[in-house]
Amino acid sequence: MNLLWSLLDSVWSLLGAFVWLIEPLAKVVFVLLILLSFAPVLTWAERRQSAMMQDRVGPYKAGVLLPGPVVNMVPAAAFGALLVAITLGLIALGSFVAMVLPPILGYAGMADDVIGPFRVGTIFFLCAILAPLHYGIARILPSLFDGNYLTAYGLIHPLADVIKMLWKEDFMPPRADKLLFSLAPIIAVIPAFATFAVIPFGPTVYWEHLFRPLPDGGDLGIASILQVASINVGILYIFAVAGTGIVGAAIAGYSSDNKYSLLGGLRAASQMVSYEVTLGLSVVGCFMVYDSLLLQDMVAWQMDNVWGIFVQPLAFVMFFTASIAEYKRIPFDAPEGESELAAGYFLEYSSTKWVMFMTGEFIEVVVSAAIISTLFLGGYDVPFLTAHGWEAFGYRFDLGATDSSTLRQFHVISDVMNSHMAVVLIQIGAFIMKMIALCWLSLQVRWTLPRFRYDQIMSLCWKVLLPASLANILITGVVILFFQTL
Amino acid sequence: MAYKINKPARTLAVQSYVVEATKGLMITGARFFHNTFAKAENSKIATIRYPEEVREYPERFRGVHRLTHRTDGSPRCVACLCCSTACPAQCIYIEPAEYAPEDPRYGYERYPRAFVIDELRCIFCGYCVEACPCDAIRMDTGTHVPASTERAHFIFDKEILMSIPGRDGSYVTENPRHEPGDPSFPGIDRKHGH
Repeated sequence: MNLLWSLLDSVWSLLGAFVWLIEPLAKVVFVLLILLSFAPVLTWAERRQSAMMQDRVGPYKAGVLLPGPVVNMVPAAAFGALLVAITLGLIALGSFVAMVLPPILGYAGMADDVIGPFRVGTIFFLCAILAPLHYGIARILPSLFDGNYLTAYGLIHPLADVIKMLWKEDFMPPRADKLLFSLAPIIAVIPAFATFAVIPFGPTVYWEHLFRPLPDGGDLGIASILQVASINVGILYIFAVAGTGIVGAAIAGYSSDNKYSLLGGLRAASQMVSYEVTLGLSVVGCFMVYDSLLLQDMVAWQMDNVWGIFVQPLAFVMFFTASIAEYKRIPFDAPEGESELAAGYFLEYSSTKWVMFMTGEFIEVVVSAAIISTLFLGGYDVPFLTAHGWEAFGYRFDLGATDSSTLRQFHVISDVMNSHMAVVLIQIGAFIMKMIALCWLSLQVRWTLPRFRYDQIMSLCWKVLLPASLANILITGVVILFFQTL
Repeated sequence: MAYKINKPARTLAVQSYVVEATKGLMITGARFFHNTFAKAENSKIATIRYPEEVREYPERFRGVHRLTHRTDGSPRCVACLCCSTACPAQCIYIEPAEYAPEDPRYGYERYPRAFVIDELRCIFCGYCVEACPCDAIRMDTGTHVPASTERAHFIFDKEILMSIPGRDGSYVTENPRHEPGDPSFPGIDRKHGH
């Protein structure tokens, strides 16, 4: 037994010695998992969303055939979940009454009395969370199946797509440039992933304080920032890396030995170069307000003050427009306009290489949603949630500290909600929810607006967005100077 | 002299496109949320999950043929060859045969020893149904010919044609059949001779 402990101890210290390696790797894996799970879900969401707004059924067909006994168990499992939900709800109700009734009647509460290994307050909190969860499972579980097939609202379709894509013939035009033709999808997809590196997806985690509210000051011990790389050029890195994507599209069009591809590549290159200018200039106003180029500083400013969208609404609209143009999606998809250029710069691509282009495009959607939420929607900020817990207008959400003996019974709720781990998880979840909302908006735009003509795209960029972004910089500067002289 | 054509007036909201795009987004968004979260009977979804759900064909839809039965289960067809004569696609093949001498129908009617329809040649014009004097061939099945990968599967013989029920599920028709020997038999038979 002693030997085992010493072995575990040495393994632990070995891990501690390699923490400089493990921590970044874990963050990279987490980010890749987010991006790689977003890409197929977005392909599904795009179809589903278009179907729902065009009064169609949408994807439902693809499914995984499950053995009969498993499928036959589903209604029983759903019923079981419902029973569990009802039981938990009753327990929650019972413990609620046990906690609230005695103080009202003038006796001491039961919240800290122990039943088994748990206190009554903990039991109430757990049941109140788990009961709706089980009810949700009971409601959703039966609708995931269609006959003997697991279809999950059509979410299996991306899987079927991937299987189809990987088995298709990887065609290369005989007179294409072999090296460049194979290189282009890689150049198109890598920057899309790499851009996410500087985006902070959560607050700083202090590992020694996970299960209690974060103390106000002093040495907080081992900390890790939830950001793959914190580099001092900050958002300029994003512009630099995203600019590399142009090369992928241009090379793809150039090396395909096809006039339509070439035209698509030319269009993509010129469009992306043009909108790169607007993209950069439209957020200069934000840099002036936030007084930093570091994304984590921008989030910190927005947590202390207000979200960027309220300070720079014009910049938000322009940046959103320019980022749609930057990742070449409808209404700015002239580079791949089907009606005039077949499929534009990736016309000759098939199989895995085509998947790489499509994955790159969808990941660019996700990454730009992440950038926009960081710049304008407060990043991982949740209103009234500080690093130390929930707080509104100077009042802390701490039920244990109230005078009301009835409310004080529920201090376990505020204890858990204010703990550092809950704060971190809620903020990461909020960031992901903001990304989902922005992805939804960008897909909605894709299915609402018709494609612009190429000259309209160019004149929108150079004649409207660029002057407007310059004016935005000017006005922001004047306003900032005005506030500084006050 | 040139005519002056007035361009449709455009407000600033239309010209800026932001307002109009937002309006469009609200329309599509409202439709999206309605169809996603509304109950099945309220949703505006117009398409169906086809092979699993099928729409009812119109009442007069000319579907796959069927040969109607008599009350004893034998075919109503008397092998008069009217349908195969009327068929513009020449897809009906009938081999008439006499009943056995002891059969009460012997000498009055014949029966089809073979009745074959090539459903791939058929153009579903319905002339055979029009031509039939005995209400023996009908296209009121409400289904179409099932798909198959083999041509041979589309050659429907007498057994297959008699195994297809009408839309109401019955193999007979509403028109009563008057067999020779029945009191209601309108013509001349052996018992009620000249």
